[in-house]
Amino acid sequence: MDTVIKVEGLSHVYSEGTPFEKTAIHDIDVEFYSGQLVAVIGHTGSGKSTFIQHLNGLLKPTSGRVYCEGEDIFATKEATRDVRFKVGLVFQYPEYQLFEETVYRDIAFGPKNMKLSEKEVDERVREAARFVGLSEDLFEKSPLELSGGQKRRIAIAGVIAMRPKVLILDEPTAGLDPAGCEGILKNITDYRHETGSTVLLVTHSMDDAARIADRLIVFHGGRIAMDGTPEEVFKRAQELTDMGLDVPQPAAIASELRRLGAKLPESIYTSAQLHEAVLALLRKGAAD
Amino acid sequence: MLKDITLGQFFPGNTIVHRLDPRTKLILVIVFIAALFTAVDWFSYGLMFLVTAGCISLSKIKLKTLTKGLKPLIFIIVLTGVLNLFYTTGGKVLLDWWIFTVTTEGVKRAFLMVVRIMMLIMGTFLLTYTTSPIALTDGLEILLGPLKKLHVPVHEMSMMMSMALRFIPTLIEETDKIMSAQKARGADFETGKLTDRAKALLPLLVPLFVSSFRRADELAVAMESRCYHGGEGRTRMKQLHMKGRDWAALALGAVVLAATIVMNVYGL
Amino acid sequence: MNLQDMQPIIRVEDLHYTYPGDEIETLHGLDLEIAEGSFVAVLGHNGSGKSTLAKLMNAILLPTSGRVYVDGIDTADEDRLLDVRRTVGMVFQNPDNQIVANVVEDDVAFAPENLGVPSAEIRKRVDDALRTVGMYEYRLHAPHLLSGGQKQRVAIAGVLAMQPRCVVLDEPTAMLDPVGRREVVATVTRLCRERGMTVVLITHHMSECVGADRLVVMSEGRIAADGTPREVFSQVELLRSEGLSVPATTELIYELRRDGYELPLGALSVGECAAAIMAAVKGA
Repeated sequence: MDTVIKVEGLSHVYSEGTPFEKTAIHDIDVEFYSGQLVAVIGHTGSGKSTFIQHLNGLLKPTSGRVYCEGEDIFATKEATRDVRFKVGLVFQYPEYQLFEETVYRDIAFGPKNMKLSEKEVDERVREAARFVGLSEDLFEKSPLELSGGQKRRIAIAGVIAMRPKVLILDEPTAGLDPAGCEGILKNITDYRHETGSTVLLVTHSMDDAARIADRLIVFHGGRIAMDGTPEEVFKRAQELTDMGLDVPQPAAIASELRRLGAKLPESIYTSAQLHEAVLALLRKGAAD
Repeated sequence: MLKDITLGQFFPGNTIVHRLDPRTKLILVIVFIAALFTAVDWFSYGLMFLVTAGCISLSKIKLKTLTKGLKPLIFIIVLTGVLNLFYTTGGKVLLDWWIFTVTTEGVKRAFLMVVRIMMLIMGTFLLTYTTSPIALTDGLEILLGPLKKLHVPVHEMSMMMSMALRFIPTLIEETDKIMSAQKARGADFETGKLTDRAKALLPLLVPLFVSSFRRADELAVAMESRCYHGGEGRTRMKQLHMKGRDWAALALGAVVLAATIVMNVYGL
Repeated sequence: MNLQDMQPIIRVEDLHYTYPGDEIETLHGLDLEIAEGSFVAVLGHNGSGKSTLAKLMNAILLPTSGRVYVDGIDTADEDRLLDVRRTVGMVFQNPDNQIVANVVEDDVAFAPENLGVPSAEIRKRVDDALRTVGMYEYRLHAPHLLSGGQKQRVAIAGVLAMQPRCVVLDEPTAMLDPVGRREVVATVTRLCRERGMTVVLITHHMSECVGADRLVVMSEGRIAADGTPREVFSQVELLRSEGLSVPATTELIYELRRDGYELPLGALSVGECAAAIMAAVKGA
């Protein structure tokens, strides 16, 4: 697998030398490979938000290095600026960053900053809008007139339109209702399958992580506490609970069934897996 | 970083400086400023220096925190120093080059002026650092109370002030967040010509305005739902009482001011 | 104690509401009674009218037609506005936009100060409210340095200091992380169970409704379902068509029933669900 981003010994200290000094992340080493969908998990203050802001050069490390496609992103000013287009970052509640008069122009803001031709910009805006399921009829509307869910889609499209190699989304479903969450998650998985981009999804929802990610990274106290496939991570249910994190609901039901004596396979963390396993159990029970 | 701005921030504590009545502190700051401006020479400056240092050490506010507050004003401080350095005449000439003349008197003036401004800033910062903004606006509201008779909306003004103070940290945080989000889309706030830079601020200012209006709206509803209906019939949890220490502090302030006035007369 | 026998703290009668300037009605004739001392969760997707309903319970909005009574007082009666608001306190979604002071305890004191309560009494109420929500140790902190869950608990304390009989919370957990959500839900549940406070919790997280006495599902300005959480969650198709999710336990049992296994849809908790499945495995 190709490494897209490589992080070495990354640490960050906020407000150094003030009464509010705080080490947010501590000596992090990690690599992200091309085409992966990685869920980044951890509760508020675990350092995950600080971490992702280093990946596109918005925060400068107190120590350590970040490489994007082999290049040190903090080596020169130009490199730090260019990496913003290579590593697209969608912040939490991104709808609050919309500012243009029309939806079209807001999505075009990123590509225009890349100094692309008018034609190229247009192509990308339409493509990005399609990825997030925004109808072109909305292009000439003011973003402020639209619903919260639509605004969020516009903001995500604004980053996708830069065609980043890596797309990072910080809790893209925060504050949305279940149907809204579902829609955004589907957009993200579709986008990833169509473009083959690497996606980092920061989330609080273990159920979402279990469902769509190939790899889970758990932050705790400014360090990476776990890193592995969903199967590997959810096996360590007790540790997750001790960190104040949830276990996916299906995994919790499966472990309760095991406690009651049921023989279930180890790797159950989605509703579909649970359903299948319990069905097998019931059929076997009937056969005995 | 915008987050480092400490203006208007309050550092809770339990020192004598923290416990003084806000009215006492407000009056003392005015007295302090008056005394600073009557100070003329080494002796009076020395006294003011002792007063400032004393208050700072009593407040247990770290010197580093206070000097950090000076940073945004460094330009004004340097400018004052430079102007005094070159435009004061008298004393021995130390340097004479082109239109610039530096004299011993100039060096002394510049030094004293810089010290004066720094003490002025630190003194007022000490007030906001040790007094909760609510106490401060309460104090101000009472001190300005007599103006109510002249139909000056004192309560409304103090409420507006305390709201503004309450939202400064929130808005700073929000500005930081929007700036980062726009930078992530390639916005450039740092380079380019002045006109370009003004234009580059739009992606920051528009969202900031939109969100401030939304906040104001929600805040108004939240206040109403908590039975806010203006200043009429309002009581206070923390009633302000002038205690012995307040009168003592005011007396001390008066003594210091009297001393600087006397020294001023004698040119000390 | 039978909740049905008590007089409702909030009574909504044929409530219609249209936002000024809107052509479409947001609420189309709601009838609802909230029993004193009960914990009622209101569930619905965005735009279902649940937040509008909340604002009508506190006289922030007034009905276009129909009536809302709070403890028998018509919310449209201007002279009794403060009585309505001190009876039904309100907590909002964004914790930052409802905290008015720079110090936690000053914020909690805001409402009783507005009501003209004597100083010593305010002090008592503030300390009591902060202890109730578990934020007493933070009374001298600056609110903007607290976590989202802590801010919401301060906001709840700010309402408790009015000594209301009912608290309406309008999506108080929407902007919080799971830890904050749990804090807030645990706090309001305790308020109801230990203090007998009526709680109306508006949310779109079904997991927060499990502990409620009653669950009302709103859809397009109407009530789509109303009953105990057990009864409402059993209506899996209805919830799904409303764009709402069901607990993983209910979902599993629902799927197994479709496979032909007779399992009780009411098994809501993880323990109940697992026990029901084991019973079926052994019984088969």
